[in-house]
Formats: sequence, structure tokens, C-alpha cells
Amino acid sequence: MMTEVTPIVQARGIVKRYGHVTAIDHADFEFMPGEILAVIGDNGAGKSSIVKAICGAVTPDAGEILIDGKPVHFSSPIESRDMGIEIVYQNLALSPALSIVDNMFTGREIRRKDFLGRWLGMLDTAEMERFAREKLTELGLMTVQSINQTVETLSGGQRQGVAVARAAAFASKFIIMDEPTAALGVKESRRVLELMKDVRSRGIPIILISHNMPHVFEVADRIHIHRLGKRLCVVDPKQVSMSDAVSLMTGAMTPDDIAT
Amino acid sequence: MADQPPESGQDFEQTLGASDTSVAEFKDRPHSALSRVQHLLHGNPTLVPIIVLAVAIVAFGFIAGERFFTPFNMTLIMQQVSIIGILAAAQSLVIITAGIDLSVAAIMVLVSVVTGKLAVDYGVPTGFALIIGFAVGIAAGLMNGLLVTRVKLPPFIVTLGTWNIFFALNLWLSGAQSIRSQDIDATASGLKFFGTNIILGSARLTYGTILMVVIFLVLWYVMNKTAWGRHVYMIGDDKEAAEMAGIRTDRTLVQVYMVAGFICAIGAWASIGRVGAISPQSFYEGNLSSITAVVIGGISLFGGRGSILGALFGALIVGVFESGLRLAGVDVLWQVFATGWLIIIAVAIDQWIREVST
Repeated sequence: MMTEVTPIVQARGIVKRYGHVTAIDHADFEFMPGEILAVIGDNGAGKSSIVKAICGAVTPDAGEILIDGKPVHFSSPIESRDMGIEIVYQNLALSPALSIVDNMFTGREIRRKDFLGRWLGMLDTAEMERFAREKLTELGLMTVQSINQTVETLSGGQRQGVAVARAAAFASKFIIMDEPTAALGVKESRRVLELMKDVRSRGIPIILISHNMPHVFEVADRIHIHRLGKRLCVVDPKQVSMSDAVSLMTGAMTPDDIAT
Repeated sequence: MADQPPESGQDFEQTLGASDTSVAEFKDRPHSALSRVQHLLHGNPTLVPIIVLAVAIVAFGFIAGERFFTPFNMTLIMQQVSIIGILAAAQSLVIITAGIDLSVAAIMVLVSVVTGKLAVDYGVPTGFALIIGFAVGIAAGLMNGLLVTRVKLPPFIVTLGTWNIFFALNLWLSGAQSIRSQDIDATASGLKFFGTNIILGSARLTYGTILMVVIFLVLWYVMNKTAWGRHVYMIGDDKEAAEMAGIRTDRTLVQVYMVAGFICAIGAWASIGRVGAISPQSFYEGNLSSITAVVIGGISLFGGRGSILGALFGALIVGVFESGLRLAGVDVLWQVFATGWLIIIAVAIDQWIREVST
């Protein structure tokens, strides 16, 4: 029944200490192609820390991280980004005063191919606009006239849409999303969940960090439960109820209780 | 095993099917006339200074009479604002990063003293003296940039400090003595290159005036058409977000202060042409005048907003007011009075425009 698929991310025995606080305590992590893996855990369980270790925002003190089976040592998120790993931060990392296009291409602007681009660094505005419009249209976020609108004139859901579109446009490996629905209303959350399913159906897997159990249970294929700095267990949302997941996360239940 | 079906968590959302689904579409809402103006200015922050400049020129044409509205006077205004304009170009770069540079004029005067001393007193070839001057300007900017990014001090404090430091250095190097115009002519007339006149009828452009305009055009290109310029805006808008989005913000910030220092050094060369002599005491208020021009030009002190060309219009507005009021026979103190109000009104308008985003 089990076929041998190489996990996209495989982390073993990750340790990170800050002084005498152990944020990650010999944690393991496994993330498979094509899935949405939710990472849940109580506040302070270290779920953000483990994900930060994977993308290079945190350098672990011990343990190894394999991506596509090969060991990696990222020292900053810029390095993981170069490998095709995109992060949608909780605060989105958008510049409100700049346009949608500017924001989508932050740090990887396209230059013109001619003399102006090569020697004077002139940006290929037309190409960037075309690409941004195409990506937003693919995700169903676009009624065409306003690609040069500044981000601050957008609603919370629209901003989230821009951040997701940016990640989806440039991620060749996977996307990490940190609490993507935390700041959104009911309808806007719904839209973002649809976006996530959409991105998964395009073959880009997602690691979702979230506190919102209904959202996690709706989109996740597997749920990684983090507790006290390590992986407690991985559960299948079709097999386990939300209340059991919360019990596991908070320590009211152990994985053995579920198995029986 | 599960004690409830997993999809039950979404029950409360079932009514959504009946509700409006236009959540994340991008479309314009209808606006009132005033809010349309607000949005227009929000999208084009340079429109305010352009309108003010045009209105001021026409108004002073009526008030101050024919003498104001001559090619001679118009070009004279450009000459008069050229040095402050160049400093404002450097200043606006820093202000767009949400910083401030109180040391721009101090860097400029220091560079002019260094260059003048080398070329006039020590007989260093003019070109070589200028290159050393540029290096001093860039190094001064590097110092500001490193203090801001590495020591993590607020730009206001850093440049308040370096303003005094550079001013003291310049007094020490010059011995508080001016280098006289005739001495420059005798040994290093190349230093006065930007004072050269181009006379077209009664219009009198100097190379320095043209230099100012060229600097602004080049900076406009860099800020709007290159990735580096876009990054500078992003850093000013939200430094943390820029960092997370993959920009090496500290490196870019240091570059901004270095470019500002370099522009100040170009300004030093132009100032020798404009003033004739090199005086260590000159342009003591240049730091603040450059900030005035930038602010009146609609560049936000909060960073990330405003066009570089705004600073050029800001400098010209101040020049037009001074010239117009003088020709109308109004006491100098009222010129200062008017400038004060311009600053306050400009910042008030900026606040109002930025309310669009909330």
C-alpha cells in the first residue's frame, strides 16, 4: 500500500535553544509532495520555530534537514527562497504605498532585455504587469483595470490574495503560510481557503500554520501536532475529530488514546 | 475513532452561499468629489507642488508686475535655488527611506573646502582634487549610513551629530578662512565650471542650473525605473516587510546615504561656481532649507511616498516666493513667514492624502 515517495522536507532531531529555553527539542518533521500539511500546537509549543528552521529564518543547533532528500543548511530565508520555497507571513510583508505589481516582484524584478535593461537597469514594467495580471487571473482575483493600484487601497482579503499570488507565482517547491486567515473575516477566509486548495491542485504543496481548527480540518491532508517543542504525532483529519486534535495539542490526550 | 463527521466544523458557514461573493475582486467604488481629489493626489503626490508652483508664478506675475515675469528673472530664480535644489535631491532620497539627513549642507561645505584647499593651496591638479572631494562626500555618507544601520541610531540623531562633526572639521581644515575668488581663478578655474553662463536673449542659465535639473532627472529614473529605486521606496514604506520580502535593507540604506553624500559632493563643485569663493561659513542653513524644499515638494517625512521631482518643485516654489515678494517690495521677514506657512500646509496636505489608506 505504501509507495516510496521522497518527502519534500524531512527534518530529524532538530534542536534550537535560546539560553536555557528550548524552543525546538529534537523535533522531527515530514512534508510530502502534493499535500497541505497543517501544523498545529498550543501557544509556545514551537510550531513557528520548527517552520522557521525549515526556511532558514532560524538556524538549528542540531539535527538535519533534507529537502528532496538532499541535506540543506539555509542561513536566511533569502536562500530558501532561491530554492523555490515561498513564505506568506502573517503580516504579509507587503509595502502598502506600492502597487500590486511592485509588491509581487519585490526583490526579483524583471529587467528589460535590451540595452536600457542591461546597462541602465531599466525594469520591464510591461512584462511585470502582464505576469502579475496573469497570476492574479489564474487565482480568480482579477478584474483587470487596477494592477497598479496601491496595496493600501485593498481590503484585508485582497491583500492576502496578493501575498498568496506572489508566493504561488514564484514557488517551485512549496509554500509556507503562517496564520493566513487569522486577520480575516468569514467570507475572506473562505476565499483564502479556496485559494489554498487551488494552489495545491496546481501541484504546489503547502505547509499551513494555523490556530483555526475548522480551517485546518477543511483543507489539510495531514495534521502535524506539535507539543512542548517536538512532534507529538501526525493525524489524518478524516480519522480524528477536532476536539481530539485539541486534546492532543493541549495534552489532555495522548496519541495512544486515539489509537485505541 | 472520530466521534463526529469532520465537515461539521463548517456548518456555520453554509449561509454563505446566499451572500454576496464579491470578496476579493479589485474594483473601484464610487467616490464623492472631494474623495476623488484625495485619491487623485494620493496617486500623484507631485500634483500639489506643481499646482502651487503654477499658481504662485501667475499670482506673483500680477502682484510683482512685469519685472517678475521675465525670462531673466525666471532663470535667476533657477540659479538661486540650484544649490539648495541639489541638496534637496540628496535629502529626498534619505527622506523617502523614512530617514532625515541634517548633514547634507555640512558635507557639501566640507567637500568644497577639501577640494579648494587641495587645488588652490597645495597645487593638486583640479581633476584629482575633485575626485578626492567626491571620495570625501561618499565617505561622509558611508559614515552616516553605517551609524544608522550598524549602530542602529535614529537618522535624526546620527546626522545631527555628523552635521556638527563635519562643520567642525571644515572649520579646522579651512582655519575658518575663505578661499578667495581670484585665487581660485588663478590656480584652479575648473572648480568654477558650473558658474559658466549660457545667455539666450535675456535668459541666463548657468551650467549649475542645468546640472540640478539633470541630477533630478537621473534620480527620477533611478527611483522609478530600476529595482534599486523601488527597494528604496519599500524600505521607507515598511522596512520590516521589505526585509521579509527578500530585500537586504541595511545594505540598500547604506547605499542611499552614500549616494546622498556623493550628490552633496557634486553640489560642492556647483556651489563653488555659484558663489565664486569657498567659504567655510556658507550654507549653514542649507540642511534645513533642503528639508523645506523636500517637504513642500510633497515627499512624506514618514517615508515611502512622494516623487523625487517634487523636491525640485519644492525648491522652485521657495525661490518663486522669495523672488516675488522681494520684487513686490515686501520685507524679507515676510518671505520667511510665507515659507513657514508653506511647510505647515504641505505637511497637512500630506497627512490628509495619506488618510486614503485607512
